[in-house]
Amino acid sequence: MADQTTAPDQSEPTPAADPMMGSEAPAGKAAHFWPSAKRLVGLLAPHRLGMTVVIGFVVLSVVLSVLAPKVLGWAMDVIFNGVVSLSLPQGQTTQETVAQLRAEGNTDMADMIARLDIVPGQGIDFVELSRLIFLVLGMYLVSSMFMWAQGFVLNRLVMRVVYQLRRDVEDKLNRLPLSYMDRRQRGDLLSRVTNDVDNIQNALQQAFAQLVQAALTVIGIAVMMFIVSWQLALIALVALPLSAVVAGVIGTRSQKLFAAQWKNTGELNSHIEESFTGHELVTAFGREQDMLQEFDARNGRLFRASFGAQFVSGMIMPAMQFVSYLSYVGIAVAGGLRVASGGMTLGDATAFIQYSREFTQPLSEIAGVANMLQSGVASAERTFELLDAEEQTADEDSGSLPEPTRGAVRFEDVAFSYVEDEPLIEGLSLSVEAGSTVAIVGPTGAGKTTLVNLIMRFYDVDSGRILIDGVDINTVPRAELRSRIGMVLQDTWLFDGTIRENIRYGRLEATDDEVVAAATATFVDRFVRQLPDGYDTVLDDDGGAVSAGEKQLITIARAFLARPSVLILDEATSSVDTRTELLVQKAMAALRNDRTSFVIAHRLSTIRDADTILVMEAGRIVEQGTHEELLARAGAYDRLYRSQFAGASTTDDES
Amino acid sequence: MLTRIIARYTRPYTVGVICVIVLQLVATLAALYLPSLNAQIIDRGVSRGDTDVIWSIGGVMLLICLVQAAAAICAVYFGSRVSMSLGRDLRRDVFARVSGFSATQLGRFGAPTLITRGTNDVQQVQILTLMLLNMMVSTPIMCIGGIVMALREDVGLSWLVWVSVAVLGVVVGLLVSLLIPLFRTMQERIDGINGILREQLIGVRVIRAFVRERYERARFADANTSLTGVSVRVGNVFVLMFPIIMMILHLATAAVLWFGAHRIDTGEMQVGALTAFLQYLLQILVAVMMATFMAMMVPRAVVSAERVSEVLAVGTDVTSEGTGVDVPVRGRLEFHDVVFGYTGAEKPVVQGVSFTAEPGTTTAIIGSTGAGKSTLLKLADRLYAPDSGRILLDGAPLEAYTREQLASRIGYVPQRPYLFSGTVASNLRFGAADADDDRLWAALRVAQADDFVSAMPEGVDGPISQGGTNVSGGQRQRLSIARALVVEPAVYLFDDSFSALDVATDARLRSALVPVTRSAAVIIVAQRISTIRGADQIIVVDDGQVVGRGTHEELLESNATYREIHTSQLSAEEVA
Repeated sequence: MADQTTAPDQSEPTPAADPMMGSEAPAGKAAHFWPSAKRLVGLLAPHRLGMTVVIGFVVLSVVLSVLAPKVLGWAMDVIFNGVVSLSLPQGQTTQETVAQLRAEGNTDMADMIARLDIVPGQGIDFVELSRLIFLVLGMYLVSSMFMWAQGFVLNRLVMRVVYQLRRDVEDKLNRLPLSYMDRRQRGDLLSRVTNDVDNIQNALQQAFAQLVQAALTVIGIAVMMFIVSWQLALIALVALPLSAVVAGVIGTRSQKLFAAQWKNTGELNSHIEESFTGHELVTAFGREQDMLQEFDARNGRLFRASFGAQFVSGMIMPAMQFVSYLSYVGIAVAGGLRVASGGMTLGDATAFIQYSREFTQPLSEIAGVANMLQSGVASAERTFELLDAEEQTADEDSGSLPEPTRGAVRFEDVAFSYVEDEPLIEGLSLSVEAGSTVAIVGPTGAGKTTLVNLIMRFYDVDSGRILIDGVDINTVPRAELRSRIGMVLQDTWLFDGTIRENIRYGRLEATDDEVVAAATATFVDRFVRQLPDGYDTVLDDDGGAVSAGEKQLITIARAFLARPSVLILDEATSSVDTRTELLVQKAMAALRNDRTSFVIAHRLSTIRDADTILVMEAGRIVEQGTHEELLARAGAYDRLYRSQFAGASTTDDES
Repeated sequence: MLTRIIARYTRPYTVGVICVIVLQLVATLAALYLPSLNAQIIDRGVSRGDTDVIWSIGGVMLLICLVQAAAAICAVYFGSRVSMSLGRDLRRDVFARVSGFSATQLGRFGAPTLITRGTNDVQQVQILTLMLLNMMVSTPIMCIGGIVMALREDVGLSWLVWVSVAVLGVVVGLLVSLLIPLFRTMQERIDGINGILREQLIGVRVIRAFVRERYERARFADANTSLTGVSVRVGNVFVLMFPIIMMILHLATAAVLWFGAHRIDTGEMQVGALTAFLQYLLQILVAVMMATFMAMMVPRAVVSAERVSEVLAVGTDVTSEGTGVDVPVRGRLEFHDVVFGYTGAEKPVVQGVSFTAEPGTTTAIIGSTGAGKSTLLKLADRLYAPDSGRILLDGAPLEAYTREQLASRIGYVPQRPYLFSGTVASNLRFGAADADDDRLWAALRVAQADDFVSAMPEGVDGPISQGGTNVSGGQRQRLSIARALVVEPAVYLFDDSFSALDVATDARLRSALVPVTRSAAVIIVAQRISTIRGADQIIVVDDGQVVGRGTHEELLESNATYREIHTSQLSAEEVA
């Protein structure tokens, strides 16, 4: 942006921005968690095939990685058997050894060996061991590949969904009525497209995949544990409700704290935004210390909330780990007892201990992911709210403006209000001949800019009709209507780009020569040539290069280039010095020659030669006529005109 | 830069950091001890069939678990506290730093990026610090501890540890080196999306008026596509990371089994030792993996730290706080040969301007668009600092004043009126916090704002939305004038401050100003001669230089530029 620290282009009052809309950060708490969560998942619905593939890959990957420890357990058994066999005299059969041990009274050992498939004295069976190790490696390799494949596919899917979501929101902004924009805070809308959509991306990308994977892993491992030993499995399963309780207690607390953190982040952010935007005034009025004090208060609140949130949510990991260690100890003890009593093999016990650790790990993952999901769903809710906002009425195309448009404008009994029950314009009728220049004057708040808003269909009339060349503008697509109208506003809007690009915005297909011609006609060329980079000077926040008046001239050049049938100038030269203004007016006169023009101006001198002057007060046209006619009538216009030139005092600024 | 910021901002919380280190040492050692106890259960309990040993070692394990959990939770407490404090302090410093910026310095960065740097970027550094404290302390301990314990079990397999750690290190290093440039690009493209959207929201009327929705959509789609593109590439690296690391982990396990089996076969090693060794290896590799996850966070935090330091590194210029002066308030403002140029501009916008504004007089500044009129007023309020020359207020150099002193002596009304969110009263009291309601109403009456303010149901407590969007342009300007009037300063600076007012209101306001500003110096930037004709002194500025000064009549007589301006406006006035 080239300038703009203030509000959107408007000088009519609009309803006060809703302060509740001011939050900058994604909300931490979702009011309608489940419906929004469902809709969030629904975003993936168009990619059903892809999601099926992803889930298929996850299942395969998890199944393999769950089966692998079992095979590892076999490998341990091979080693253990080999060790036991070495401790036994060579040449004996197993039965002989067991009998011998029983005879020696060592029944525990005898029982254990009786269950083993070993050849005493043989040592470790390395052929079998290598077979098992390669098997397990193969399983892990395939599992890793599936894991990668699902991540690869999911990454693309999520990015496509997020891309779509950003596009949808941007599209939506183009279809929202201006009344919606005028009532919202810019930062809040921005935040919904960037912060919130980013947050959704994280939730979908990380949380979703982890959740599916963790849930499947929990199920898979539980099944495997039951296959190996249902007794130990029961001990391990104790961890499940215990984890749930821990996650539930901590989770609800942290959710509240996260909500507070986001709320405070938003409040701090709005203070920073406002202080920096009004920086010049803060400095001029010596308010740095007060601003810093307020900042400290909000910063302190954010600190307390975020510290609480981090601490409580940070407790989930150690707490879950504790639960996991508990079941680890339980299984170690119980497993040890069962192996000692010959109830199971050492290999099974080892595998089991591994399972139990892998069992609790995904549980703590799920707990950790829950926070991310909650935050993601809250963001989704804010984004959906924007997507669901009521749009401007759909374009009709029953009517069409004649080509070329002559520019005769008629208002028929038009009524309009920004706020319900507070009518601003009532029963306004007006007829403007094609090619004439109409000036609109009157006090602030009289509805001058509102007329412009209605002709441009930034707002639609409540009742009555506006016709251009006899066609009701409500029956014409907005784009068609606006393409015939050129507009220059009091508040200059230029985008971050070169002067050339900004002028060409009026007609994208214009050649460089046409751009320079328009610039010359509107006296832009004169100062541009003095700039070191000329037309390639970039307009940005650093206010030095181009002054406010010069920016205004550039917007005039932009409209000049557009060659519209109807031209609207709303205080278009208020920041331009009078010499330049006079020159611009001559150029504008050439521009106005064969087209209808609406000119809003406070300086009556600039509109003296208008074909018709409308004097507005409180939404009504109170006088209408040429300059001379109105002066002769000695009414409202005459008073205005006199006050302009009579009231000169030493503190005058302009007339 | 990142390490310097983290080191500097954690220094006040050294005690907390030490607590984190000690507590995590305890927690980590406890966690490391568990597999060793497990091995003992197998070697001393299971293999000998001794259930008593199993029970007693189990009890010890339980105790260790409790210690581990308690220490870990306390460590999280201190870790969160230290890192959140760091974030708070860093945010405060950025905010305070930017508050002291001159308009030039602020303009060089631009408000939007400063807002991001004060919040998002600080957040990145804060999160990394939190992770550092929560993991970087325990990870090396975990890793080194694991290595020591594993080596204690059996030195013969130690080479496996080194090999797998080295392989992991190389792989992680490779992935990180892939990620750093990607993150840089990603950050820039997020800025791009933000920039375009912000422009579209501000310029919505122009975009719709010129029917450029499709053009804007294409512009946004470009930014969206390029952001998505780099996000996909980041994602592709991330999804590679986990499977590769897992595979290395499993390979290491398999290798330990294979080589361990041989050593067991030759009687160099016990089965229990093998199990424990496997667990330690796993622990080491998990620790390395954690370090990996953090390594992935580092590139982003590095970029953020650079952006934050850029702001903090900006030095103070003359517009910052002065030491204070002790001279009586009179309202005399002097410019002596003042030169000022914007950074990057080819030539100074103000070139050797001298004038004096006496109390009780009105000085008007007139000149063509871009002549440097607004800049003169900003220099007068020390919003910019002159490159050379001197500006004196009541005989003392402007830069010697404290901000409070300046604010109480100078009332500034900017070209673009801006109101803060709050109430009418909170805006009016902006320059004089202790002003009572009578003073507010007096200022409102002069500024011709009393009618619409009293029409508000809440009066001076009526709400104002940010920027003042809920009042009309003219009302905004009148409140902005009233705000300066409440200060009752000795010098008034009006920068084309009446442009949004209709003619009648403008005239009433101007005559109401006369008695209020009788003893003050008034400096007005103006476009039209007719209204400044009565000024005591008119300064004609052209191209940054004073080309004429005097009263209206004198200038008409002697000054060509003034005459030219006058002629250009004459046609309009002849009719009047």
